[in-house]
Amino acid sequence: MHDVSASPASHQHTAPSGFLRKYVFSLDHKVIGKQYYGLALVSVFVGMILSWLLRLHLAYPNWHIPLLGKFSATGAPDGVMTPEYYLSLLTMHGTLMVFFVLTNAPFAAFGNYFLPIQIGAEDMAFPRFNMMSFWTTFLAFVVMMASFFVADGPPISGWTAYAPLSAVGGDAGPGLALGQNLWAISIVLFCVASLLGALNFIATTLDLRTKGMSLARMPYSTWAWFVTSVIALLAFAVLLPACILLILDRVAGTSFFIPAGLILSDKLQPHSGGSPLLWQHLFWFFGHPEVYIAILPSIGIIATILPVFTRKPLLGPRALVGSMIAIGFLSYMVWGHHMFVSGMNPFSANLFSVPTLIITIPATIMTLLLTASVYGGRMRFDTPALFCLGFISVFISGGISGFYLAQPSLDTYLHATYFVVAHFHFVMALASLFGVFAGTYFWFPKMFGRMMNETLGKWHFWLTFLGVYCVFMPMHYLGLVGNVRRYSAFVDDYLAPLIPVHKFITIAALLTGAAQLIFFFNLFWSRFRGSIASVNPWEATSLEWSTTSPPPFDNFGGHHLVVENGPNEFGAEAPDGTDFVMQAAPRKGA
Amino acid sequence: MGRVFAIVLTLITLVSVAFFVMHTWWLPPDISTTGPAVDHQFEETLIGTGVLFLAGQLLLGWFAWNASDKTKKVRPFPGGATPLVTAAIVLVGIEVFTLTFVGSKAWGAIYLAPADPLALKIDVQAEQFAFYFRYAGPDGKFGSVHPEKIDDGSGNYFGLDPANDEAARDDIVAASLVVPINTPVALTLHSKDVGHSFYVRELRVQQDFVPGLDIPLHFTATQIGKYEIVCTQLCGLGHYNMKAYLEVMSAEDFQQWLKTQAGQ
Repeated sequence: MHDVSASPASHQHTAPSGFLRKYVFSLDHKVIGKQYYGLALVSVFVGMILSWLLRLHLAYPNWHIPLLGKFSATGAPDGVMTPEYYLSLLTMHGTLMVFFVLTNAPFAAFGNYFLPIQIGAEDMAFPRFNMMSFWTTFLAFVVMMASFFVADGPPISGWTAYAPLSAVGGDAGPGLALGQNLWAISIVLFCVASLLGALNFIATTLDLRTKGMSLARMPYSTWAWFVTSVIALLAFAVLLPACILLILDRVAGTSFFIPAGLILSDKLQPHSGGSPLLWQHLFWFFGHPEVYIAILPSIGIIATILPVFTRKPLLGPRALVGSMIAIGFLSYMVWGHHMFVSGMNPFSANLFSVPTLIITIPATIMTLLLTASVYGGRMRFDTPALFCLGFISVFISGGISGFYLAQPSLDTYLHATYFVVAHFHFVMALASLFGVFAGTYFWFPKMFGRMMNETLGKWHFWLTFLGVYCVFMPMHYLGLVGNVRRYSAFVDDYLAPLIPVHKFITIAALLTGAAQLIFFFNLFWSRFRGSIASVNPWEATSLEWSTTSPPPFDNFGGHHLVVENGPNEFGAEAPDGTDFVMQAAPRKGA
Repeated sequence: MGRVFAIVLTLITLVSVAFFVMHTWWLPPDISTTGPAVDHQFEETLIGTGVLFLAGQLLLGWFAWNASDKTKKVRPFPGGATPLVTAAIVLVGIEVFTLTFVGSKAWGAIYLAPADPLALKIDVQAEQFAFYFRYAGPDGKFGSVHPEKIDDGSGNYFGLDPANDEAARDDIVAASLVVPINTPVALTLHSKDVGHSFYVRELRVQQDFVPGLDIPLHFTATQIGKYEIVCTQLCGLGHYNMKAYLEVMSAEDFQQWLKTQAGQ
């Protein structure tokens, strides 16, 4: 290993010995990364159970689930959920998955653990902020989950919480009193935590890179976390005040989102002068960049992992990073494509449509580069590699449907149908999750010092890959027929013939969900029984593979690595006869 | 393993595309003057994206198949990244601009073109969880609305004041949207409480109701029949069941219907 000898500065960072400081209120970015991952794991488990319940209700509306009846006697009397409880669970599924899973897992969890190590730093720039970020996120999670246990349950207004449904309080329906308050408070906390986290990521990337780690030599995952933190800083900074205004409308009698003359529950609402469209603009100004907050880290993770398994350099890394930055920039110009039929001036639809379609260009560039990087490789088909290939496939599928929804003239038919549900699950949820799966199988040995079980990993991949296509591809067909989303039942003659398709989707969703239990089991089994991992089991190049598995408290044991190579040095004959050059290895001929 | 992936991916791709090509599940037939342009745009997009989808997935499968051959040496992608990036910019760029220019016409015909000045004007009120439709009646004038007078119990869904407002006395309020065939219809959408949406699949139109705004929407129906109007904006617990019907009639039947309604 090539490094300059330990400098006195490296000893200022000593490992804590107390249990609380070590495992709970830890300042160590690695512990915080694991905490975020654990929280995402709990959230995805709850979110998945919710999706099972939702799917079961849609396909088999009269099926009794006694346990659900016990959990909520009002929401599911006799174990059959009411229409309003369906919407409550739907809101919670969306909120948990978007915020606590798709934002936390690929960005906060892996970013926290690996961004400092990949740039050769000992920790984040602001370890205390980092701890606050996690615990504030945890508090947000507790407040969100509390809405399950209040009278009327969680809000029924969806994860988008459109005003005035979300703003006028209990007169608009069940769950819109205390449940909606808890939702809004939780999101405020989540925004604060994300802002702290984003600032920390930016400062760390800019200030704490080790000697030789120029921006051009940063691994693509680090690039993605960096670009994402800039996006998150600007996006959550808008959602935060929006949610505060929503809370004020709800509890302080203001009218930011509520116009005059509304009658709910036969009562004229004491509000005037607000605009429901204002909420939509603020929400989607955050909401669209949020899609990229969920997906860019996974793109970076895949771009980092794929060359390790194809054993050749990633094609066009500069174009890939350039595309990430372009997408980050464009993501702020397209929020109105969620609002083509919202009642905003229809002229602006064209204005929002053009940059939306233009985003397909950098997205296509990234997809082509990843696909072409597979060409000519001598691929090692370990589980992370399979999830890389799966990622490219679901990202293509999800990207393609974007061409339809980006056009106002087609959105006028497809808006609010299952076509949209198919689109965002493929492009945001599945692509992001495949990145998380690839990252988990890839980095688990580094995080826990043990390999994950390959056989279980491959079963998990194949069942998941087939499963998600069975669940989400048919939703496109439902959308074509005009099957409206967010319906708790399909009661009319027009939609009734589609019930068999819904049954197929439900069964596929149950099976695909069950396949995730293999993953959960593998995580816990491998943590204690997996074979011991070496320092660099995958023969990768980035700095985390230059330190022990798991890394010591200060990441490099007092060594200060000097980076002499890019992250992409695969395939060439290295001086030691291997086919890769570590970033911290001495430069060839030097 | 790469070969298994290639085979599985190819099967998934072909089955997915087959259902699109066979139109197993498809849009209901269009019954509007503006719908054909939407359907045309749909077909164009389907062909363009179908080619991209097939090419993308099958290439990925092919590359994975090839990369599983351990006897071969690592080979660079022919030509490197530059031709790929250029192709993406040019081809997708052309696709983007074609779709935008052609598609904006279809959009404009529905949402930007003003309604025919002689169109039949109908006022639409949405509330949790119903639609109501108001016709001006024989005097051709709508009575003004007063939200505080809205009273569903007595059937005053719009908040009319017939005691003091002459124009309101002959207004016809119905639970169905009844229109004559081949006649331009101009709707004004407003909401009593929260956001709702007006979606008629066969008209290829969808438009939200926004509380506090009067939103115009126009269409011309070209087929006699009865079609669903459904709410597509989450509006509360009864959202799934919020619907009404669009009834397209011959001009004579429509006049007869108006007379019957006015007599009630």
